[in-house]
Amino acid sequence: MKPSTLPAPAAAEGAALEVEGLRVELRTPSGTVRAVDDVSFSVRKGRTLALLGESGCGKSMTALSIAGLLDPVAEVTEGSVRVSGTDVLRLSPAGRRKLAGPGLSIVFQDALTALNPVQPVGRQLAEPFRIHRGLSRREAKEKAIELMTRVGIPEPRLRARSYPHQFSGGMRQRLLIAMAVALDPDVLIADEPTTALDVTVQAQIMRLLRDLQTERDMAIVLITHDLAVVAQRADDVVVMYAGNVVETGPVHEVFAHPRHPYTKGLLDSVPEHAVRGRPLPAVPGSPPELSAVPSGCVFQARCPLAQERCAQERPHLVSVGASRSAACHFSEELDRV
Amino acid sequence: MTSFLGRRIVSSAIPLVFVVLGVFCLARLTGNPVDLYLPLSATSQQRAEFSAAHGFDDSIPVQLWDYLTQAAQFDFGTSLRTGQSAATMVLDAFPVTLQLAGVTMLLAILGALLVGSLAAYRPNSLIDRIAGLLSMIAASIPDFWFAIMGVLVFGVGLDWLPTSGTLGGAEVWVLPIATLVIRPFGVLVQVVRGSMVGALSAPYVKVARSKGAGAGRVVFGHALRNAVTPVLTVAGDLTVGLVNGAVIVETIFGWPGIGKLMIDSILQRDFAVLQAAVLITAVTIFALNILVDVCHALIDPRVRQAVPA
Repeated sequence: MKPSTLPAPAAAEGAALEVEGLRVELRTPSGTVRAVDDVSFSVRKGRTLALLGESGCGKSMTALSIAGLLDPVAEVTEGSVRVSGTDVLRLSPAGRRKLAGPGLSIVFQDALTALNPVQPVGRQLAEPFRIHRGLSRREAKEKAIELMTRVGIPEPRLRARSYPHQFSGGMRQRLLIAMAVALDPDVLIADEPTTALDVTVQAQIMRLLRDLQTERDMAIVLITHDLAVVAQRADDVVVMYAGNVVETGPVHEVFAHPRHPYTKGLLDSVPEHAVRGRPLPAVPGSPPELSAVPSGCVFQARCPLAQERCAQERPHLVSVGASRSAACHFSEELDRV
Repeated sequence: MTSFLGRRIVSSAIPLVFVVLGVFCLARLTGNPVDLYLPLSATSQQRAEFSAAHGFDDSIPVQLWDYLTQAAQFDFGTSLRTGQSAATMVLDAFPVTLQLAGVTMLLAILGALLVGSLAAYRPNSLIDRIAGLLSMIAASIPDFWFAIMGVLVFGVGLDWLPTSGTLGGAEVWVLPIATLVIRPFGVLVQVVRGSMVGALSAPYVKVARSKGAGAGRVVFGHALRNAVTPVLTVAGDLTVGLVNGAVIVETIFGWPGIGKLMIDSILQRDFAVLQAAVLITAVTIFALNILVDVCHALIDPRVRQAVPA
């Protein structure tokens, strides 16, 4: 399949992050599989784009390949990733390292394992300043304490000497976010930043992220499977399924009028739509194994609209309105339902 | 930290008492030294005198009590063989073994950290495969064979190194240390590689990379300290093996160490020396275990905290 010829949803002009035709392949014992296929999107400064999909749909793999942190078994085989205009996939390892922090940084999901358990947190927070700004130990530590204050860690000077296991889950996530925004990155990738936290803490963390975004004018790529988070926090959404983008567009439009049956299925399965006495609506079945993605539409096996055509011909992502696109042969019909 | 240490010392002292008791009783099961030291023609009166002189005519509990009260005053008895004080003989032999063990482990650990980290940095790379093969060979070579081959090639054939003895400069160390180091090195390379692969695939390493950290900072700044805990544990065990008497190496190279002394005193039913030798190695092993625990606590703050103050 050729990379999509379609412009990504947000105007590519002046985008902080542009991903085009990204393909990631995994070497497995039973052969090479495509974990991410022809994924394109772009985000401007100050905007938030949500990558939405269930576990294993390739959203985290997309994030890791953008950040250049793929495991050795995975490889970007096609496409380009531009951070503020620079094609990061063409950079040397040293060039990438230079960009990691000030250009692009990433907040991981599980803050307990993402922080080094045997280093005081202050030292970990100081590291970006040591690496990129060449600050002395003491100067960097002051910067780290400033950051801790900014993300709301009480008694930062004292706590800088504590170790990760001595913080609560929410505080650890704050530390991780502080570390990621240390050098005012143009692009911040947040990979399920709140899944490990309870609901009240989730809201605080999302608020902190939004405040930091406004303050530092960052583009955020928010990776999540939480529809409510997408609805509240994102400007645009990219819905992924089995490594492919199935629908993109501004969140309020996509959520109001989904143009792909998968998006619609996801939205319908929100418990608020449930009717008493009836089973909770759900998308039947489960996603295909990456080694057995069908030749036609990737969603055909679970799709209520599937017809013969879907088994033979993979639908391309086509424009379905201003800055919206969907990859379904029947997206017109879906709109009329 | 102090209470951590105190607790460890107390809990180590208890098994130490059992070791002392066990060796004392087991030694006496090996037979009466009288038969060994007096000629067959000795009269029963001579035999009785010999027994009385060395306290073997008392019952075992009385002998034990005498031993313990004397040991408490740092009197560990005299050797039947040489008439020297047992403590002196042990303290002469022990530093030899300790030096061998110390130098060996230092080299093995440093070498293994380097080679193991290199192998782990790119799993399944050429370096990794070569390191894997060599470490397996090193861990499986019988030390007596290696020692004898070493003597044959470098001592006799090429005449570069002395075949035995402790007299001389650095060259007398080469073969004994090489023989001793090869197995711990092989084992430790595999341990380092394993725990380093684990540490390098941990999320915090991804985070370090995402901050722009280079290979050196990732490996030595982040992964190493996390990976080193199992290495320490295994190194501790291996050191115990060395301290316990590098008997073969000491015998082949004629190093008057504690292993050789222990074997000799068992064969000669030289109880006082045997007991003193076991006691000092047991104390050293316990001290070593405490040292490993202290190192764990220094390295990992979670271990420090797990011990309630």
